[in-house]
Amino acid sequence: MDGLEKAKKILAEYDGPSFRIMEVCGTHTHEIFRQGVRKMLPEQIQMISGPGCPVCVTPVGFIDEAVYLALEKGCTVCTFGDLVRVPGTELSLQLARGKGAKVKVVYSPPDAEAYAKEHPEEQVVFLSVGFETTTPSSCIAVRNAVRDDLTNFSLLTANKTMPAAYDAMKDSTDLFLYPGHVHAISGTKACEDLVKEGVSGVCAGFTGKELLTALAIAAVEFPKGKPFFRNAYPRVVRPEGSPAAQAMVADMMEPEDAEWRGIGVLPASGMRLREEYADYDARKKYDIPAIQGHGNPACRCGTVLKGEITPRQCPLFRKACTPEHPVGACMVSSEGACSAWYLYNNKED
Amino acid sequence: MTDMVTLAHGAGGKQTSELIKKVFRAHFENQYFTADDASVLPAPKGKMAMTTDGFIVSPAFFPGGNIGKLSICGTVNDLSCMGARPLYMTCAFVIEEGFPLDNLEKIAAAMERTADEVGVKLVAGDTKVAGKGQCDGVFITTTGVGEILPGVETSGALAKPGDAVLVTGDIGRHGCTILLQRDEYGIDADVTSDCAPLWNPVHALLEAVPDVHVIRDATRGGVGTVLYEIAEESGVGVQLMADQVPVDPAVQGVTGMLGLEPMYLACEGRLVVIVPGEEADKALEVLRGQKYTEGATKIGKITDRQPGRVLMTTSIGAETILPQPGNELLPRIC
Repeated sequence: MDGLEKAKKILAEYDGPSFRIMEVCGTHTHEIFRQGVRKMLPEQIQMISGPGCPVCVTPVGFIDEAVYLALEKGCTVCTFGDLVRVPGTELSLQLARGKGAKVKVVYSPPDAEAYAKEHPEEQVVFLSVGFETTTPSSCIAVRNAVRDDLTNFSLLTANKTMPAAYDAMKDSTDLFLYPGHVHAISGTKACEDLVKEGVSGVCAGFTGKELLTALAIAAVEFPKGKPFFRNAYPRVVRPEGSPAAQAMVADMMEPEDAEWRGIGVLPASGMRLREEYADYDARKKYDIPAIQGHGNPACRCGTVLKGEITPRQCPLFRKACTPEHPVGACMVSSEGACSAWYLYNNKED
Repeated sequence: MTDMVTLAHGAGGKQTSELIKKVFRAHFENQYFTADDASVLPAPKGKMAMTTDGFIVSPAFFPGGNIGKLSICGTVNDLSCMGARPLYMTCAFVIEEGFPLDNLEKIAAAMERTADEVGVKLVAGDTKVAGKGQCDGVFITTTGVGEILPGVETSGALAKPGDAVLVTGDIGRHGCTILLQRDEYGIDADVTSDCAPLWNPVHALLEAVPDVHVIRDATRGGVGTVLYEIAEESGVGVQLMADQVPVDPAVQGVTGMLGLEPMYLACEGRLVVIVPGEEADKALEVLRGQKYTEGATKIGKITDRQPGRVLMTTSIGAETILPQPGNELLPRIC
């Protein structure tokens, strides 16, 4: 029997106690729906989509800051495409475009730096969101800007680190499905440390087979009643992670308290550029005033992110809030829980 | 003649005649190609099919073809989908002032080659020159007339439960090629457009299996959009096997990186073919023996479950839904 069949068998024959397992990665959420993973699980195993999509946890105020830079300071805002349609307090970047904002979609932070180099007449700001996987490439962009002597490139940072989220969410789930890409960079120490606090989890890859294998491991280990951590993605995730990426980020950035949409401020969960790189920090460079963002009060993205309700239980879902007209970030991002529920909703479910 | 198109080339005088003679007549000459105001043609024997399509692809030259080849393939394939042998075509060019004549020559040569492959005649044309900046390079509109093979009736509304769903090759290559050519993503990958004129394989298929229910070319919106259209128009469900959908590994890599779904990327040389279940093997055998459809394969079937929807059995054996086509994404791919 191959690995996939074995995993399917373990899950199909599971007769242990019920448990909840939270995936904390937007790519996991998307693949779980795309592959139909939930449909392969016995009823005792419930999956929760946690706060792992960087777009979804980015607070409204961050969008307001970006709109401010684009409209008030005339900056060219470079961003990952998903952020363009996320509503701010008054405007999304897409709507700001209609008012003359220059918004350019890029696929990596170094692309934004390259754009700044080619357009010295523009002040370019990259919207630096993302977890451990994308933060190193923001650092590379800044390093390139230093190398190229650019004075027209900076980051608006909202980078975040996962361990604080694990800590904040650990009471909402019995187990974590840890994101392989994050731990390929940061290593597995955070997961091992959580075992000492009684928090279990499995680190997983991203194909249907890898996801089912990780879930089967959870189903084998959970009934034993002892906290555990298993790395089900050893091909990519090593205990030490990527020391080079870790060192670069530690050299250029430092932790700060950060707001997570729907969850609140988590201590030391964000990353900002160190003082030596202040020239590349858009908040300092443009002296952005404190902006308190306000989302649509009816939007339940926050409780969805905490796994307290499913998207379907939000009163806006499929009515006022659709991928074409998103109200909350979880519907905008293709990796958001609401978007996945919307796209993969099956009438026979 | 100068080496680029000028406004004088579009003024209707001597330079216009010269351009038509040196570029278009040189490539399109046949007994019906006319200098009169309209060409005079023998009528088709049976029912006629007629279609028109505009082409504004950017860039105009891409691996696997150019806007000229595309403008013939697009119209030839639309006619082929109705079971119509392409007979006559017209083409209208809008050319931007300053467009290199060399490139125009290459475009016309590609049109000639592509038309010759399927035996369609270019019978009339028009040339307009737009001022610099008023259009981008060259835009082409082609119109085609075809003669429907006797006894053939294809339509998006004719799919029936029990039918087999085939595609004629790996999907998403044209959309992926154009995306990479735009060089906005910093990704290098070896992908060539699937752009091809498909009348010959369609002809062979219809000779062997006249009872084909649906043929659609999976252009804008890709195979996924076509399947949703058919599900809607026929009032049926579509059940796909994800593992059976052929995708080139390079296309898979690029779409994986960019978060795109190959099912929704444009093809310019791929058909979705729906035949009675018992005819599937024969249809595949014929298609696989023809140029451009060697990679034909069965990807699913038509059912009476969940009419209007496309369901997918994934690689882990779960049944899920193919997300509905979204408000994608790539302008000016054809």
